[in-house]
Amino acid sequence: MKVTIDSITIEVEPGTTILNAARMIGGDIVPPAMCYYSKLEGSGGKCRTCLVQVSKGSEKDPRPMPKLVASCRTTVMDGMEVKNISSPEVIEARKGVVEMLLINHPLDCPVCDQAGECHLQDLGYEHGAAKTRYEFDRRTFERIDIGDKIQLHMTRCILCYRCVFVADQITDHRIHGILNRGDHSEISTYITKAVDNDFSGNVIDVCPVGALTDKTFRFKNRVWFTKPVEAHRECENPKCCGKVTLWYKGEDVLRVTARKDEYGEAEEFICNTCRFDKKKTADWVIEGPRKVSNKSVISSNHYDTLKPLPVVKTNPVLQQANKEQFERETRL
Amino acid sequence: MARKLLLEHINVPGINTFDVYRSKGGYAAVEKALKTLTPEEVVEEVKKSGLRGRGGAGFPTGMKWSFLAKPEGVERYLVCNADESEPGTFKDRFLMTYIPHLLIEGMIVASFALGAKTSYIYVRGEMMPQIRILEKAIAEAKAKGFLGKNILGTDYSLELYVQPGGGAYICGEETALLESLEGKRGNPRIKPPFPAIAGLYGCPTVVNNVESIAAVVPIINDGGEEYAKIGIGRSTGTKLISAGGNLKNPGVYEIDLGLPAEEFLYSDEYCGGIANGKRLKAVVAGGSSVPILPANLFLKTVNNEARLMSYESLADGGFVSGTMMGSGGFIAYDEDQCIVRNTWNFARFYHHESCGQCSPCREGTGWMEKVLHRLEYGHGKMSDMDLLVDVSKKIEGNTICPLGDAAAWPVASAIRHFRDEFEWHVTNAYEATTRNYGIAHYADPLNAVVA
Repeated sequence: MKVTIDSITIEVEPGTTILNAARMIGGDIVPPAMCYYSKLEGSGGKCRTCLVQVSKGSEKDPRPMPKLVASCRTTVMDGMEVKNISSPEVIEARKGVVEMLLINHPLDCPVCDQAGECHLQDLGYEHGAAKTRYEFDRRTFERIDIGDKIQLHMTRCILCYRCVFVADQITDHRIHGILNRGDHSEISTYITKAVDNDFSGNVIDVCPVGALTDKTFRFKNRVWFTKPVEAHRECENPKCCGKVTLWYKGEDVLRVTARKDEYGEAEEFICNTCRFDKKKTADWVIEGPRKVSNKSVISSNHYDTLKPLPVVKTNPVLQQANKEQFERETRL
Repeated sequence: MARKLLLEHINVPGINTFDVYRSKGGYAAVEKALKTLTPEEVVEEVKKSGLRGRGGAGFPTGMKWSFLAKPEGVERYLVCNADESEPGTFKDRFLMTYIPHLLIEGMIVASFALGAKTSYIYVRGEMMPQIRILEKAIAEAKAKGFLGKNILGTDYSLELYVQPGGGAYICGEETALLESLEGKRGNPRIKPPFPAIAGLYGCPTVVNNVESIAAVVPIINDGGEEYAKIGIGRSTGTKLISAGGNLKNPGVYEIDLGLPAEEFLYSDEYCGGIANGKRLKAVVAGGSSVPILPANLFLKTVNNEARLMSYESLADGGFVSGTMMGSGGFIAYDEDQCIVRNTWNFARFYHHESCGQCSPCREGTGWMEKVLHRLEYGHGKMSDMDLLVDVSKKIEGNTICPLGDAAAWPVASAIRHFRDEFEWHVTNAYEATTRNYGIAHYADPLNAVVA
């Protein structure tokens, strides 16, 4: 099946969604997604950040779709033409969605553990306005502990439902969900029942914002001061893959997360033992440093260094080579 | 007086019992359909009648039925949407309270046409008396052999159940209704797939409004062509209008579609004009979610033609100067009513009823309510009107289900037509808390259109 997204044509399998087709092409034309998670069945369609315009339905029925559609849940048709960043309507609608997502989100990034790897932060940076037009009190909630390792800060939640899908699909049974309705709705357990399943820690990884945080890492450090290293171990849990990213500060492992792809989605889910209990280098087989996009703040302190080292400063040959290298690296 | 199809025997004592209903010619449609027609012929009759969905969207019912997927060996369901919660609409409750067997009869015929062996009536949780009435009516019909195994000796069997909802407006949206019926949280599903392909328990399902299903009875009795003769253009048949607000005679009226709006509003046969000798200021023609119109635009279209009570005529002028038939919740406002307060009240309703699933509606409805509250209580700013229009635009069309549109339209249209009243609330903030703006120029004759 042929689909054209922002004038780039690609051949995809039937049943592929527009979003996944765009991800196959990659680059700027990939719509952002806050609630869709490719590893979780049934997710998506809720946040509306991935809205795109279908300017031609298919080869058979070339009529355009009347409304913007959620690209994460709309499957491609043969000959479909989609406009994402080339449609002013889409950009305008996305701006609106980002504004809506932010009106009740506390702008507490300076004290939020998710800052630096927060999808909403990136989204707001790319599509949001500099000033808010919302002049009322924001929705606030008390922080609650769900289980001894996870803290829920509902004030930050954007109700993407990802953690609900994780509990449904990855853990044995779900004991948390959405209570109430409309802008009062909240993620909660019933009368603060503890979430203590072996795989419950994955809700932290899938949370696009800082609503679900790892209590063993809370306020320990900013993510951009830590060094991500890939590692693995033989996990006793047969369902756990044991492949993780360790986040080092000096010699200490501050936290363990699943490995995430370029869209921030966990490649494979890990168990709570790997995540919360194995925090010594001796527990792991180190594979090497994790590649971090040079756009990410996490890379800013480690990989692209602007200051030449002392020996380079004095050697004109090395200086020139360093300059060329830096230009080559930053060209993309 | 036009002939009534649905409410013909509404004043007969005991019409809510099986025997009286039967003696007035009730259940004739079941006999006719099951004994002389095939399911396809029933669908064909409904198609010929041109019946359009009475729940709000106005989608042709016969067309909807013919879209139902019919794979072998898979159950099909008919679900009746009796989750009537739109502010201003109370026609279905009236029908279910006083003449429940009409709905049961319609359900049997419609289920037969669709080949459904199990059908549900999803009733809003607040309507407990109506649920009891329907359950009693179903028991009566079952005792007389009109429900259950081998109805009237044919090989068609049907079980009919009444399901009380939790009382959420969102469960009137068909996919949210199905979720709720399945026992889940009433969140609308993301379409596609549509219920006609995968609805209740993943099986093909048709969801119809109470009045649409009841209208099937006269269609089968008299024939689709006969039914199509009533009405005007593509708006065929009769429609129940629940008239409320500052009217002399509020109530549920059955009108022939195409009745002039002025006649409906002022003739003694229907609403009888505005109560207490006051003047009409504005009208919400089809339930709270349709655009509100000032009196002059409601009675006449911009082309100075008389507005008729029909799907097309009410929509004449689009969103700029028209409105919609909606679910038939007719609300009239007299000169003493405050449009800002009314708009705030509607926005408050949608804020309360938003399911919270998708972000524009969840956050936007609350935002609009807060801004309108501020305007009503004298803390508004001149820029608030533009802000409201902008927020409503950001919601409209970007949500999973039509609740976002329904929340955005009344706000956008109130500001479009009554902007000076909103501005007066800002400039005369103190006065606005003590008195209302009055009728102003909203009932003045329209200016001639200049090219």
